[in-house]
Amino acid sequence: MNSTASFDPGKHTSVTFPEGLDLECGVHLAPLEVAYRTYGTLSEKRDNAIVICHALTGDQYVAESHPLTGKPGWWARMVGPGCPIDTDRFFVICPNVLGGCMGSTGPRSVRSDGKGNGSECWGTDFPPITVRDMVRAQHSLVKHLGIERLFAVVGGSMGGMQALEWAVTYPHMMLAVLPLATSPFHSAQNIAFNEVGRQSVFADPDWHGGRYWEYGKVPARGLAVARMMAHITYLSEEALTRKFGRRVRRGQLASQAPETSLSMFSDIFEVESYLRYQGSSFVNRFDANSYLTITRAMDWFDLAAEHEGDLSAAFAGTPVRFCVVSFSSDWLFPTSVSRQLVNALNRVAANVSFVEIESDKGHDAFLLDEPDFDRTVRGFLCGVAEHAGLA
Amino acid sequence: MRLDQRLIAEMVKPGTRVLDVGSGDGALIGHLFRERQCDARGIEINMREVTRSVAHGLPVVHGDADNDLVHYPDGAFDYVVLQRTLQAVERPREVLRQMLRIGRHAIVSFPNFGHWRLRLQLLLTGRMPMTSVWSTPWYETPNVHPCTIRDFLALCEEEGYTVLQWMAVDEDGSRAPWRRSVRLANLFGEQALFLLGRR
Repeated sequence: MNSTASFDPGKHTSVTFPEGLDLECGVHLAPLEVAYRTYGTLSEKRDNAIVICHALTGDQYVAESHPLTGKPGWWARMVGPGCPIDTDRFFVICPNVLGGCMGSTGPRSVRSDGKGNGSECWGTDFPPITVRDMVRAQHSLVKHLGIERLFAVVGGSMGGMQALEWAVTYPHMMLAVLPLATSPFHSAQNIAFNEVGRQSVFADPDWHGGRYWEYGKVPARGLAVARMMAHITYLSEEALTRKFGRRVRRGQLASQAPETSLSMFSDIFEVESYLRYQGSSFVNRFDANSYLTITRAMDWFDLAAEHEGDLSAAFAGTPVRFCVVSFSSDWLFPTSVSRQLVNALNRVAANVSFVEIESDKGHDAFLLDEPDFDRTVRGFLCGVAEHAGLA
Repeated sequence: MRLDQRLIAEMVKPGTRVLDVGSGDGALIGHLFRERQCDARGIEINMREVTRSVAHGLPVVHGDADNDLVHYPDGAFDYVVLQRTLQAVERPREVLRQMLRIGRHAIVSFPNFGHWRLRLQLLLTGRMPMTSVWSTPWYETPNVHPCTIRDFLALCEEEGYTVLQWMAVDEDGSRAPWRRSVRLANLFGEQALFLLGRR
């Protein structure tokens, strides 16, 4: 349960920027550390770099086994030699987000605001960050790697928000952006789900006001419940029915239950067992304060906010080629929201492709085996290269 | 690429911005990009075709003529193309208005309901005509707004569009010889192709 505490964050590849970063909240965060992984080789002209932005609970280990869990990279089927994002051709950079817990500066980093005892970590005092702050940290990394212009920025879910933020903040720094299963703003429903997750963490007695590490604890139950609830939103009713139906796992806890209990909870549905597993494995690799910090950053995300609600104004004059992809059974970031994004891009005559992939796998479909999706990503990237004369 | 698409491509000046409404498998925009260096994009209603086009590197969005042209800004394109679809849209007049709002030119092709075979069938049998071009029965045809070449010219007149070029096209998409006379074209042309401008 406490393996996160024993993992040495120094093992992550990272770069430190002593000058730090001015956050949107007004706090100057220094130093700034950005952990990342790269795959493939940067071309001599430095024109083949693709940044991949990970989702809420993802990390930089996109195409290799994870150092903590030993599981394959979270997008290994999309990124790698011969894959749709082909590392024989492209130089892929995947940073850990600001506020994360896999080596980039976040709530578990040693606080640098002069408060505390010099070795204490930020915890809940970590400044509130935004998706733009995350992207600006990634921008520092890209510059550090000597890249003036990216070939593309790709991301799904919260990674798609970052990809869109890249297009808005640095429109001349990339040829193409692929916002996948995402949204240009966090909806009331999205915020509502995040809030339930946060309240679940707060309600855990091991939370200790956010200073759980002082007590040698992690709010494992609260964080696990948050993950279980969130996980339901990543799937669809069809996917749950297909995977689990109403099947019951008989008597797993029967020996522990008092004889009188008539197995009220000792027989559990397979879907319950699955969610419990998802919850408990998550707390082994993720920090609760990072979860709070990042979900809050997502909630604040609204690209139209700076433009009196006119989303298209955020993209006015953009030279970027967009490939927007949604999935038919995704109810967390539904197709209707992607269509709003596409309409906004059309209003400024941006070059946009838009595909809805037929899938019953829900929001998580962007991580799963969807051949039409693979073809779309591969073909779009080839088209961008052809248009740019790089084919 | 179909022969009538070749005729459309010849109407498009190289290096221009083109929107193909109902881009199908993307053959025309692919050709315009590769052979005529156009910034050519598509809108397509059939998701399978959209996915196929994007997977071929073509910028295509899922959408349709009736609902999605309104999102584009004025004068965003040099040409807006509508192939063999005008008769199937909900509001043909509004679609044409949108096309000539967002494009400096509109290129429109449609099957001609004035063709002699249709006229004769209706006259002789008293039933809705069926030909290889008009091949679905009345109760399930998507072609809810059929028109003749003369109908179309009258609409252009009413709406104040300039007909810069027009031709009759036969069934397999070759140019038909009826160029001088609208009446003959309307009788013998199986399809029509128009290049329109704003007045």
